[in-house]
Amino acid sequence: MDSFFSTYAWPAIVMIGQSLLLLVCLLVFIAYILLADRKIWAAVQLRRGPNVVGPFGLFQSFADLLKFVFKEPIIPAGANKGVFLLAPLVSVTLALATWAVIPFNTNWVIANINVGLLYVFAISSLEVYGIIMSGWASNSKYAFLGALRSAAQMVSYEVSIGFVIVSVLLCVGSLNLTDIVNAQHTGLGTMMGLPSSFLDWHFIPLFPMFVVFFISGLAETNRPPFDLPEAESELVAGYMVEYSSAPYMMLMLGEYAAILLICSLTSILFLGGWLPPVDFWLINWVPGIIWFILKVGLIFFGYAMVKAFVPRYRYDQLMRLGWKVFLPLSLAMVVITAFVLKLMGWA
Amino acid sequence: MGLQAIFFYIFAFVAIASAFMVISAKNPVHSVLFLILVFFNAAGLFLLTGAEFLAMILLVVYIGAVAVLFLFVVMMLDIDFAELRSGVLQYAPIGILVGLIVAAELVVVIGGSVLSPEASQAITMPIPNPAQRTNTAALGDVLYTHYVYFFQIAGMILLVAMIGAIVLTLRHRQHIKRQDISRQVARTPATAVDVVKVKSGQGL
Repeated sequence: MDSFFSTYAWPAIVMIGQSLLLLVCLLVFIAYILLADRKIWAAVQLRRGPNVVGPFGLFQSFADLLKFVFKEPIIPAGANKGVFLLAPLVSVTLALATWAVIPFNTNWVIANINVGLLYVFAISSLEVYGIIMSGWASNSKYAFLGALRSAAQMVSYEVSIGFVIVSVLLCVGSLNLTDIVNAQHTGLGTMMGLPSSFLDWHFIPLFPMFVVFFISGLAETNRPPFDLPEAESELVAGYMVEYSSAPYMMLMLGEYAAILLICSLTSILFLGGWLPPVDFWLINWVPGIIWFILKVGLIFFGYAMVKAFVPRYRYDQLMRLGWKVFLPLSLAMVVITAFVLKLMGWA
Repeated sequence: MGLQAIFFYIFAFVAIASAFMVISAKNPVHSVLFLILVFFNAAGLFLLTGAEFLAMILLVVYIGAVAVLFLFVVMMLDIDFAELRSGVLQYAPIGILVGLIVAAELVVVIGGSVLSPEASQAITMPIPNPAQRTNTAALGDVLYTHYVYFFQIAGMILLVAMIGAIVLTLRHRQHIKRQDISRQVARTPATAVDVVKVKSGQGL
């Protein structure tokens, strides 16, 4: 009985506790990311944005949550009921499941698995199902067109994201996310005589891939300017047209969890995760999680600004960008990276 | 070991039950969704045997890409399943034969490894110890170092197949407006705009 407790029960309790803590932090963070998105968008358009609930509108997301939860969910008569309700669940579960392998600091990770990066890639490639299922089950033309667009778009951009990941893997030699961050302790900056600084991070040697990953991330998460699956000028709200109250909230939650995930993945792959930007005692004293949150926030600020600045793409131009520009570029970069690593003897 | 056995039975049971639902579901879209569940549980079984790389590749390739295309096609087509079902007994003998052959082969493979466990050591590429070499590195060794020519040939065959499919289906339609991005970008006021001084009261 004692060995049962120490081998199974206690690790299970610890893991459940960690997961709940992560989930709560993540949901609060998503609430404020959503608010930040609206505030930045408003500021660019010289509006105030949400400013009524709480000081500076800080509790707006929680007010929205209550409103969604207490409203009546409406299921269209022609909808395929089971799949219609399953779709938001799939979307939010997959978006949150990916966070299990994301390291926030040294050893601050729930599941430190060997194939962490592949796991993130695999689960985020499944997120398309939430959208396809909701679009099909709604039994509405707008929703179905949105779902079809999104399926083609996400599959196309996953290809270039895959090649970006391969080129980072070539530099690191491991699929473990903690190893990928630790590999950014040494690099270009160390060679230039500035060890453990921001010059060591991957975004400098792999700059084209950094740009490709940023833009493909926008397309992968259906963010503007690639938000064609929910383009309101053509499809009203795309695959979300028929959803209301809590199921709608879950679709939105899944979408923002996926956006936050792509931001953290960018910071882990290219911006050194929790590593401080320069090797200086005052800066090293700041805990790693602060640096991680700052980097994720910086990348999300970029996402929000792109949403405010860039007009929406036309669908054929979106496909052209994915297949004719990013695919050859990322493929060439994989070959170049491999050659450089081999010729310089770094691999 | 107990926990692994519990997970094995969960994954195996859900996989078999949803595989049955794939062929018995009335709605073809539900069939594809159950097929995805089968793939997912197969990935879980791979994880239990320690083949983590294969599990993730199964997720990425089969669920993330192939099944999306399946779902895409099935949603677009208007399939009448009742009509499709009408001839099901006609194909039953062939189906049973294929099933029997697969079952017999499984028995041969599993029986062989049970009767002589040392047989797996005699293969040309011994399985490395998972504690020392990760799955990903071990598979990479086999594919890209030891059998690189076969890998290249397989890639060439796929390339030829892809080009063949494109050649067969490509139609160059005339009289259609196409967008040429480089031409649009290269336009300058000098080539695009003609400034004309119009005398008042005369027009062009």
